[in-house]
Amino acid sequence: MKAATKHNLVTYAIVIALFAAAQLASATGVLGSHLSGLLVPISYYIILAVSLNLTVGILGELSLGHAGFMCVGAYFSAMFSVITRDVITTPLLRLCLAMLIGGLVAAVFGVLIGIPVLRLRGDYLAIVTLAFGEIIKNLFNAIYVGIDKNGLHFSMKNAMSMNLDKATGKTLINGALGISPVPRDSTFTICFVVILITLFVVMNLTDSRAGRAIMSVRDNRIAAETIGVSITKYKLMAFTVSAFFAGIAGVLYAHNISMLNTKIFNYNTSIMILVYVVLGGLGSIRGSIIATLLLYLLPELLRSFNDYRMLFYAIILILAMLLNNNEKFKSLVSSVTGRLLHRKGKEAAEN
Amino acid sequence: MSFISYLVNGVSLGGIYALIALGYTMVYGIAKMLNFAHGDVIMVGGFTVFMTMSLGGVSPAVAVLAAIIVCTLLGVTIEKVAYKPLRNATPLAVLITAIGVSYLLQNLALLIFGSNSRTFKSVVPVKAWKVNDTLTISGEAITTIVVSLVIMLALTLFINKTKIGSAMLAVSEDRGAAQLMGINVNRTISITFAIGSALAAVASVLLCSSYPQINAYTGAMPGIKAFTAAVFGGIGSIPGAMVGGILMGIIENLSRAYISSQIADAIVFSVLIIILLIKPTGIMGKKYNEKV
Repeated sequence: MKAATKHNLVTYAIVIALFAAAQLASATGVLGSHLSGLLVPISYYIILAVSLNLTVGILGELSLGHAGFMCVGAYFSAMFSVITRDVITTPLLRLCLAMLIGGLVAAVFGVLIGIPVLRLRGDYLAIVTLAFGEIIKNLFNAIYVGIDKNGLHFSMKNAMSMNLDKATGKTLINGALGISPVPRDSTFTICFVVILITLFVVMNLTDSRAGRAIMSVRDNRIAAETIGVSITKYKLMAFTVSAFFAGIAGVLYAHNISMLNTKIFNYNTSIMILVYVVLGGLGSIRGSIIATLLLYLLPELLRSFNDYRMLFYAIILILAMLLNNNEKFKSLVSSVTGRLLHRKGKEAAEN
Repeated sequence: MSFISYLVNGVSLGGIYALIALGYTMVYGIAKMLNFAHGDVIMVGGFTVFMTMSLGGVSPAVAVLAAIIVCTLLGVTIEKVAYKPLRNATPLAVLITAIGVSYLLQNLALLIFGSNSRTFKSVVPVKAWKVNDTLTISGEAITTIVVSLVIMLALTLFINKTKIGSAMLAVSEDRGAAQLMGINVNRTISITFAIGSALAAVASVLLCSSYPQINAYTGAMPGIKAFTAAVFGGIGSIPGAMVGGILMGIIENLSRAYISSQIADAIVFSVLIIILLIKPTGIMGKKYNEKV
């Protein structure tokens, strides 16, 4: 078996084991209702982190607007679900279609924002993605959308000015109040399946010819161009796939809370996802999963400290970065782990 | 006449953005890092003025001085404790640390002052100027414009005429070469952080006087907008930050007045994207040629 395949299988095994453990703990009541309620959020954050890792870790471009793609996916899919609530009565089918729509619309936005990506580099690219996220949030916050027998109506002013038909009219997006109620179709099992699909696509893409081309763009753009790698094509590919899965995560988010508004889609969320990716290790899919799990649960575990928990979170974040870049600390860790590994190796040899 | 009043308020807001953007752009030019905690230094400055005036009962001038001292010390401390050990780390590691510092300051403020907004009493003694019956310019706007222009002029002179200023330019040009020429790089970076934070303190006083409210997140949005302004003008360029900041303020205020107040931010950011598409390194950014 190839090393990459083996590595990927271990990642799948970790996710499956975690899912089984969570299901078991949830069924036996060990988890409690509060922690059980966190299973779906953790899942969509894992999808967000894995997809962002494709842009930041594999493609090597800093994106600060991941929440924007999430927002697009959430809003378009929520509108779809609200419209078809009475037509499609199977929640699973409705959610699958919603995910397809949310993902595809987010991917279209990925292409749109991907075009400036080709021109800009580094911090300029980061600021454009940040600006994009803020624009999306701002627009969805201000728009009113309604539907009646004549079709869709839009307004930027208020719900009244859409002139909806009284009998058949229904407000879809109510300005800053957003969309409510969105059917709560997301379940932990569906999230788990979506995580597996995300992992399958992202890891296979990374290990494929296209993935190697994407990484060559990251490592040395000029060298890659010289040997005939189309920079535009591969950058756009990575960016679009990343946006697609961010959109799907947005769909899962929208269908988990019944009242959808733009509050969560600010740049703080984008940065939080970026923190998961960087602390998990750039380019490491497995690292993203584990970091998301730990960092999402950390504030929850610190809940007993209540007011101080976010303070602790900030301090842990700073210390983690400082220690991770400290030569003395690094050599200490490697000597300790080296000794442990050495001992293990010895025992194995003796047996 | 209302156009002139919107324009003046835009320039005033832009002056605040420019002062904050100068902090971003100087730190970026010299330390090659995005100091995400810069916006929260503004918040600390605002709270210092608020506390010293409402609890200490000192005069506005002393309060402003206190804010400048606190912010300068804070900026230098942050640099020493959090950024200096990461001088040779990847840019992303430094970015995440800066985000951590930003969270730290926000949550400290939340712990101390709670999540409710406090009313900030304007420290500006200037009276509103009634030009004619339809046009009145607030004292805050006049003060902001004058103060920011004076500071920008002083900063330009400082950078171009003094020895420390030349050292800063040299470090931003080539850190290694500057070190070989006998420039103390660490001290230069510290001075840059000190100046940037002092500017943030001034900006905080002007911001909170014009928009008289303060809470733990006061600095976040102006910080982001000023950062955008710095990129808009070409990050690393000091005149760029000034022009970018003032243009941002004008665009924001005019679109708030004439298009829609709700999507004003969206318009500002769209203009930014368009400018960057036409000129990928900002208005005054240096164009660099790639050598193969």
